[in-house]
Formats: sequence, C-alpha cells, structure tokens
Amino acid sequence: MAANPMTQFEVYRIGPEIKVGAFDISFTNASLFMVISSLAILIIFNLGSKKNSILPNKIQLLAELSYSFVSKMISDTAGSKAKPYFSFIFSLFMFVLFCNMFGMIPYTFTVTSHIIVTFILAAFIFIGVTVIGFIKHGFGYLKLFVPSGVPIVLLPLIVVIEIISYLSRPISLSVRLFANMMAGHTMMKVFGGFVVSLGIVGGWLPLSFSVALTGLEILVAFLQAYVFAILTCIYLNDALNLHH
Amino acid sequence: MFKKIFLYSLITNFFFTKKIFAAESGGMPQLDPEFWISQIFWLVLTFGVLYIVLSKLILPKISANLELRKSQIQENIEAAEKQRESSEAKLKEFDGIILKSKIEAKNIFKDAREKVIKNINSKKEILDKQIDDEIKKAEVEIDTLKQSAPEKINKIAVVTSTEILKKLIGAEVNNSSISAIVDDLVKKNGDKYYGH
Repeated sequence: MAANPMTQFEVYRIGPEIKVGAFDISFTNASLFMVISSLAILIIFNLGSKKNSILPNKIQLLAELSYSFVSKMISDTAGSKAKPYFSFIFSLFMFVLFCNMFGMIPYTFTVTSHIIVTFILAAFIFIGVTVIGFIKHGFGYLKLFVPSGVPIVLLPLIVVIEIISYLSRPISLSVRLFANMMAGHTMMKVFGGFVVSLGIVGGWLPLSFSVALTGLEILVAFLQAYVFAILTCIYLNDALNLHH
Repeated sequence: MFKKIFLYSLITNFFFTKKIFAAESGGMPQLDPEFWISQIFWLVLTFGVLYIVLSKLILPKISANLELRKSQIQENIEAAEKQRESSEAKLKEFDGIILKSKIEAKNIFKDAREKVIKNINSKKEILDKQIDDEIKKAEVEIDTLKQSAPEKINKIAVVTSTEILKKLIGAEVNNSSISAIVDDLVKKNGDKYYGH
C-alpha cells in the first residue's frame, strides 16, 4: 500500500466526526495543515512586526522583505489602484506558499494538492474580480470581451473566444496549482519507491534523483505560489484598469 | 479474422487498462467528494482568520514600521545634510580666522622688526655721536700735544746743548744765547723738523 504514490493525498478524519445538517465538516489532516500553515504565517509575521528597530532583526527583516516583495509585485502588475487588495493578495500568496512548503516536509499533507481547495480559492478570486470589475465600470466591464482594432467580421468569434478564456480562468488557475503540486509529489513518491525496491545496489540512482527533485519541488512550491498570486494581480488589473 | 483479433485485443486491452485504473483510481483521492465540504469549510475558516488577522493587526504594523523607518532615515539624512552645511560654514569661518590671524601676525612681526630697527638705529646714532666726540677729544688732545711738542723739544735741545757744551768745553754757556740759536734754527728749519 505504501508503494501507491497516491496514498499521500488521502484525506482522513482526525478526531470525531462533526456534522452540521447534512454536511460533514470533520477535522481532517487537510484541515490540520491549513491550521498549521495559517498559524505559522501569523506567528512569523507577528514576531516580525512586534518590535520596530531601525536595524531589523532576522525575523523582522523576513517579514518586511515579504511585505515589500508582495507590495512591489502588486504595484508592478496592477498599479496603484490595487492597494486596497494588498492584504488579500498577501494572505493568498503566503497561504499558498506555506501550504506548498509544509507539503515538502516528509509525511506531511499538501493542502494545495487538492483540486477542491485550489478551485475554491480560484473561484473566489474569479467571482471577486468580476464583481469588482462590474462595480468599477458597470456594464462597461463587458468591453473586456470586445478587443479594439478587430475587424467586424471576426468580432463574434473573438468575443466567444474571449468569453471562454475569461470563464476558464478559475479552472486554469486552480488546475495549474493543483496539478503541479500533485505531479511533483507523486513523482517524488515514485522515485522514493524505486529507492526501496532497487535496494542498496541500484537504489542510489533514484535516490540522487529524489534529492534533485526535492530541490526542484521547493522551487516549484515557491514558483506556483508566486504564479497564483501574480495571476490574481493580473486579473485584478483587468478589472481595475480596462485596457480593451 | 484479423478484424476479430483486433477487436478482441481492443476489448481485452480496454479491460486491462480499466483494471489498472480501478487499482489506481482508489489512489486519486482528490476526486473523492467525501471530504470536499469539510475542506471547503476549513479552508474558508483558516484563510478567513488568516486574512482578517493579517489585514487588521499585522500588515498595518509592518507598513507603519516601514514608513517610520523610511521617514526616520529621511530625517537623519536631512539632519546630516544640515550638520554638514553648518560644519562647512564653520570651516569657512575658521579659515577666515586663520587668514586674519596670519595677517595680524605678519603685521606684528613687521612692527616689531621696525621697532627693533629703529631702536638699533637710534642706539647706533648715539654710539656714533659718542665715538665722534671721543675722536674729536682725542684729536684736540693730539693737536695740543703737537702744538706743545716743538717748545718742549726746543727746551730739551737747549738743555742738552748746554750740557754737551759744558762737557766739551767745560764752561758755562749762557742759556739764553743757546735758546736764541735754537729759536733761530727752528725758525729756519722748523718745517723740516716738524713737518709743518
């Protein structure tokens, strides 16, 4: 059973079954790692903002560098109008990053390797961005689907394509993160299984692969969190500053 | 025949893959909706709490810290600029003072030199005067001596002549006749004797 690379994604109850009406909201290992990630973020950033010294200590430097990193990312992609959404994008980036990174520790659970989690995040972003767009521009937001400078003949086709691409945003956003995390962890598990099955004689090659993959996966964990956040910024930019 | 084999293999293949999928599909827990509601609930809860605490408590603090540091650094830079300016002004003032005192020192040196030179000159004049006086006195003395010299010599000549005559002749010769001879000689050859 341990050889099956998918068992690491199994969700199981921790503690008693909790039911609200027909819904099962039991505390699971996924919930545990969501709580751990959130708590880790809160603890680190609380420590990093507690004391304000002119020469920051390590944890303060970490918090302030993250702050300015996300702040710069938002202002670069979405402009100054996106300032009110800074807290949300910062929380989103940190949450995805910490969930990805906690998943890199052996025997832990990767929250973001579940399509339902990433899809809920992406759907929330999609709905939020659409609502912001309609609030800011009214029905003028629909101009997003009509690019300027397109011949009249092609317009119906282009509009359909634009609408489909707009509607597929939550799916692409969620599947990108989910698939990356799942594929990476599955691959590491497979190579780990090879190490065991090939034993002390032939196990060294997959072991070295595993080591290299761990590095790659840490990179992917960061990169996917960054991509998730920056795509959110780009969608937000579409909603705040209509370019078409 | 071939068609039959192909179809058969296709079907078995399908079953085979289906079998594999059946074995593995138990291992695609992401698509098992059993815990979806639970995951959504806990995601909303944890992310919501994270968002609220970060946006209300922590991020404003970090932002304030950054702003404070920025303004403090700006203030420090401005203060440093001000101090630099004031120190430059002081340096200029200092340079002016040094220049002034140099000129003053030069003036003092000059004055002192002039005073000393004057002093020396006046002393020199006094000394010169004294020396001149002494020289004059000496000259006067020499003159008087010179003037009195022929008389004395005449006297000596008269006395020695009388003595010589006394010894040679053994007779007293009148002093006045000898002195008359000497006077006569002096009148005749005085210039030769005394260089007058």
